[in-house]
Amino acid sequence: MIPAPFEYHRPDSVEAAVKLLSDFGEDARVVAGGHSLIPMMKLRMTDFGHLIDLQAIDALKGIRIDGRRITIGAMTTQHEIIHHAGLATAAPILAEAAGQIADPQVRYMGTLGGNVANGDPGNDMPGVMQCLDATFHLNGPGGSRVVKARDFYEAAYFTARAEDEILTAVSFDTPAGGQAYVKQKRKIGDYATAAAAVVIARSGGRCTAASIAMTNLADTPVWCEEAGAALAGTDLSAAAIEAAVGAMDRAIDPQSDNRGPAEFKRHAAAVVLRRAIAAAAARA
Amino acid sequence: MSKMHITLTVNGKQEELLAEPRELLIHVLRERLSITGPHIGCETSHCGACTVDMNGKSVKSCTVLAAQANGAEITTIEGLGTPDSLHVLQTMFREHHGLQCGFCTPGMITRAYRLLQENPDPSEEEIRYAMAGNLCRCTGYQNIVKAIMAAASELNAVKEAAQ
Amino acid sequence: MNDMTPPKDERAVALKGLGASRKRVEDVRFTQGKGNYVDDLKLPGMLFGDFVRSPYAHARIKSINSEKAKALPGVVAVLTAADLAPLNLHWMPTLAGDVQMVLADGKVLFQGQEVAFVVANDRYVAADAVELVEVEYEELPVVVDPFKAQAPDAPVLREDLAGKTSGAHGPRRHHNHIFTWEQGDRDATEKVLSSADVVAEEMVYYHRTHPCPLETCGCVASMDKVNGKLTVHGTFQAPHAVRTVASLISGIAEHNIRIISPDIGGGFGNKVGVYPGYICAIVASIVTGKPVKWIEDRMENLMATAFARDYWMKGRISATKDGRITGLSCHVTADHGAFDACADPTKFPAGFFNICTGSYDIPVAHLAVDGVYTNKAPGGVAYRCSFRVTEAAYFIERMIEVLAIKLGMDAAELRTKNFIRKDQFPYQSALGWEYDSGDYHTAWDKALKAVDYAGLRREQADRIADFKAGKTRKLLGIGLTHFTEIVGAGPVKNCDILGLGMFDSCEIRIHPTGSAIARLGTISQGQGHATTFAQILASEIGLPADDITVEEGDTDTAPYGLGTYGSRSTPVAGAATAMAGRKIRAKAQMIAAYLLEVHDDDVEWDIDRFVVKGAPERFKTMKEIAFAAYNQAIPGLEPGLEAVSYYDPPNMTYPFGAYICVMEIDVDTGEHKVRQFYALDDCGTRINPMIIEGQVHGGATEGYAIAMGQEIAYDEIGNVKTGTLMDFFLPTAWETPHYTTDFTVTPSPHHPIGAKGVGESPNVGSVPAFSNAVHDAFRAFGLTQSHMPHDHWRIWKVAHDLGLHG
Repeated sequence: MIPAPFEYHRPDSVEAAVKLLSDFGEDARVVAGGHSLIPMMKLRMTDFGHLIDLQAIDALKGIRIDGRRITIGAMTTQHEIIHHAGLATAAPILAEAAGQIADPQVRYMGTLGGNVANGDPGNDMPGVMQCLDATFHLNGPGGSRVVKARDFYEAAYFTARAEDEILTAVSFDTPAGGQAYVKQKRKIGDYATAAAAVVIARSGGRCTAASIAMTNLADTPVWCEEAGAALAGTDLSAAAIEAAVGAMDRAIDPQSDNRGPAEFKRHAAAVVLRRAIAAAAARA
Repeated sequence: MSKMHITLTVNGKQEELLAEPRELLIHVLRERLSITGPHIGCETSHCGACTVDMNGKSVKSCTVLAAQANGAEITTIEGLGTPDSLHVLQTMFREHHGLQCGFCTPGMITRAYRLLQENPDPSEEEIRYAMAGNLCRCTGYQNIVKAIMAAASELNAVKEAAQ
Repeated sequence: MNDMTPPKDERAVALKGLGASRKRVEDVRFTQGKGNYVDDLKLPGMLFGDFVRSPYAHARIKSINSEKAKALPGVVAVLTAADLAPLNLHWMPTLAGDVQMVLADGKVLFQGQEVAFVVANDRYVAADAVELVEVEYEELPVVVDPFKAQAPDAPVLREDLAGKTSGAHGPRRHHNHIFTWEQGDRDATEKVLSSADVVAEEMVYYHRTHPCPLETCGCVASMDKVNGKLTVHGTFQAPHAVRTVASLISGIAEHNIRIISPDIGGGFGNKVGVYPGYICAIVASIVTGKPVKWIEDRMENLMATAFARDYWMKGRISATKDGRITGLSCHVTADHGAFDACADPTKFPAGFFNICTGSYDIPVAHLAVDGVYTNKAPGGVAYRCSFRVTEAAYFIERMIEVLAIKLGMDAAELRTKNFIRKDQFPYQSALGWEYDSGDYHTAWDKALKAVDYAGLRREQADRIADFKAGKTRKLLGIGLTHFTEIVGAGPVKNCDILGLGMFDSCEIRIHPTGSAIARLGTISQGQGHATTFAQILASEIGLPADDITVEEGDTDTAPYGLGTYGSRSTPVAGAATAMAGRKIRAKAQMIAAYLLEVHDDDVEWDIDRFVVKGAPERFKTMKEIAFAAYNQAIPGLEPGLEAVSYYDPPNMTYPFGAYICVMEIDVDTGEHKVRQFYALDDCGTRINPMIIEGQVHGGATEGYAIAMGQEIAYDEIGNVKTGTLMDFFLPTAWETPHYTTDFTVTPSPHHPIGAKGVGESPNVGSVPAFSNAVHDAFRAFGLTQSHMPHDHWRIWKVAHDLGLHG
């Protein structure tokens, strides 16, 4: 398995990268860690003439926590997320999700930006970002703009990012309440059969707010507003949880594949969601 | 396509070469530098037979372009020990029968090396989790885990003695 | 004995012979990254070959245009069937008596089939050129179901066999039928089954999978036109057989072919077959006069070389009301893919599947196997088992469970009741084998006691009650297996491959200073032959194992042998090693007697020396004898100390074992957790306990993968759905269970050192143990049979169909 030829670029600023992207248009791709893109290149399932490597752009790296606002540079690796002390307190769901992505070697190379930007429905971070109501920061020839994670995903591999834009960072508020990411997969290194990201805020035994997003159960991540709403204001009774599960079930659209038939995935989705709700509630 | 001037530090030695940007790091190591310890097993970054240490990270060199690695510091199994002075992991893999056909072993040991740098005293569960990017078809992992635990206690004992 | 002589036990330990957990000599190079695998080989001027493969499972080839590929700088040649036809190499014989296309001749019959071979001066250029070869296909109807393949109007797959009403294994009754193989007494079996108290009937499917060693297949072929000699380095589990086959099909005299198997990165049966890549690399080297390397990638490996299993086994088993088995019938529909390329001894088109009466005294049995063509990859290799033994063991161990359900009996008790008793060995089975030895009751009782079987059953009963009361969603499964293997193929009177008798060999040269080299016809792929064969020899000739080099895999130097697969190395080559060692010792005895000035009969062997009977202070060590053999004129004896043995085993060996798996199953997600896995193996005399344990861990892990998720799956139009390691399940350290190993020792009565072989037992035994655990968890809820692999969704489906999801 050998990739087709291409020209390689390693810009050292976002502006330079954007310039390259607009110069080459459709014939260019950006690469972060490369662990999604390079296998596709080796299988010759993608074809382009210019590869723009973002590794030298320092502005894309790092985790900043300013008060309640957390900003993570796109080139921050899953490994860095897992081992970041501040993040462990401020938003533990990130490390919990990152630790379930691929395997250790891939997590050293794989980045948050790569995971959220390429639009692969199997990726874990898009659902987490939707659950957290994160904002994606994009930079293009016309300057920068922001898109909500919940508005970013259009279809498998199709996102709101224009071809000449680079995703530079994600930001979100410290989630209020307990968080959990529960993922069922066949083995380490696999995508989710079903996974649920849940944040639950509680006050005096009652759930005051909830956010629920699901991974790999449609051609985009599925943030299910109705499911969260079904929990908010309840005491997280079995009936409330089942209402949330029911809402989630109506929102997803799983496809049959090697991980199992759609019917099974619906069942697994319900199970992981119940477990994630229980875990998040216990941590709230 | 034009070739790139690539500079790497491999096992402490500076290497310079011209390569197509698409050339994979594993091929640079194996074909050009004749460093054949790292192997190609799956080519889709699942098996870890090609694992090398790059700038202090365990990476799968079949999924890294030479161009991406340009400027990097790389350690392979060949750089961990010498015939006269083996790395403790090399000794313990043999001692505890942590290998059979030997094909996964260079990647396995190189990965374990980084694991012990980051977590000098891992539990069995932590080892199994941290080694899950390396597949072995022969051993069933049990003796690999044993070998890594033995290496960790040996290294810790040496460290303690030095203090 | 004088004061200078260390005691016997000390001298024995110093040899590191039989029974020592000797550290492996191979590991020194492997742990330093200095293994020598085929892709490590670089020869001057070496070219690279790469295949254009079919995207379709069944299609006619209308045209192949390689002009653009040939025009790419660096491309040396593009070979198609048309180029190979004048050499008569566009087809090749398979190990099973069929023929197989080397490059697609007019049509393709499975996805991933080799269509053209591109040769370039660089592997990158070769990959680019593959993309430039234009092939025009006309799609044909695809058959992936072996039952549908036998319908009267099923598409004709093998047009080359049109009109051939018989094949290598007898009559063909349909255009997609390969053979029918029958064993046992059909009439007598039917009679027993029709009048039995109880008959259990079940279809047991052992799905298609793949050995998937971490190193794929490959070779470097190098034709030296000056000397007329062809050298091929490659991933060959049977280098001598490859030499003979290469000679027969290429016309190159056998002495002008040298086959070298370097270090092999795991085989597990994958590297027994002869693949188109080898032939194309050889032809390309002959055509170009340069070395040509071909290394398959992982996708090619999973799609095109060496699948295993794919047996549909319809069984009926009868018993008396109190659980005494009276008869067994089995009909197998065997999906062989597009060509019959099974790696079985010639007279056994279904391998040794007729071991399917297992560990049980079954008075009458009948077996019929129908081989069928489909649009799938060829193969049918023995994936870490002796020729279809794992299918047989899975079949009988499932049928025992099914019968236990029917009888309402505990499955452990049913086994105990029906084991062949120790006093019945040698035991003649109803399907034609003579089991050499066994002590099943002892092993079984030890196993049940070790896991506290009664306690586990009590815990399970509590669990079921809790589950029914809504207190838990996890079930507990106890998977039992008692397997009997048949390995060590085999006696030349009934075992050959392509006419080559399945003996094996060892040649020993003792050096004057008392060290030695032994060469064998086998080849290690991780089993540690260089370590263990030296141990056998150390015990036979009294030289330390550390002073004995073991060399395999080079046909120019090693004696002829049939290679390593089917756990045959220890039973056959290991026996040859012991026998060659005994020849050395016999000559050494004469030398010692001469040196000690006594009659040959007046000296006796003592660990590492010959001593004068009754005067142990007078002795000659093997080391002294070796020196004398070369440096002292001994009347009546030739100088030197060498021996060779070609060993034709009188019988197969029959290792056995008792495996018990305890598994927790999440009814809602279909996930599982192996809580305990106990493996007791009886492989006869134990050569190196450390290596045995390692073999058991590894084989059981392969079994775990097969039972719990690993498969080669096709969609209805013949696309391979499991072509990468994302979808083809190889467990990581995280999923893999922890194993507890144990043993009993029942030596083989006919093997020189009593060894039976162990490498494959754990794969054979663990698959039914894992699978039975899954079934057992659901037995109380009405499950009789479900098909492997027991991945999450299939277990979920079982629970769902049993109504366990409310």
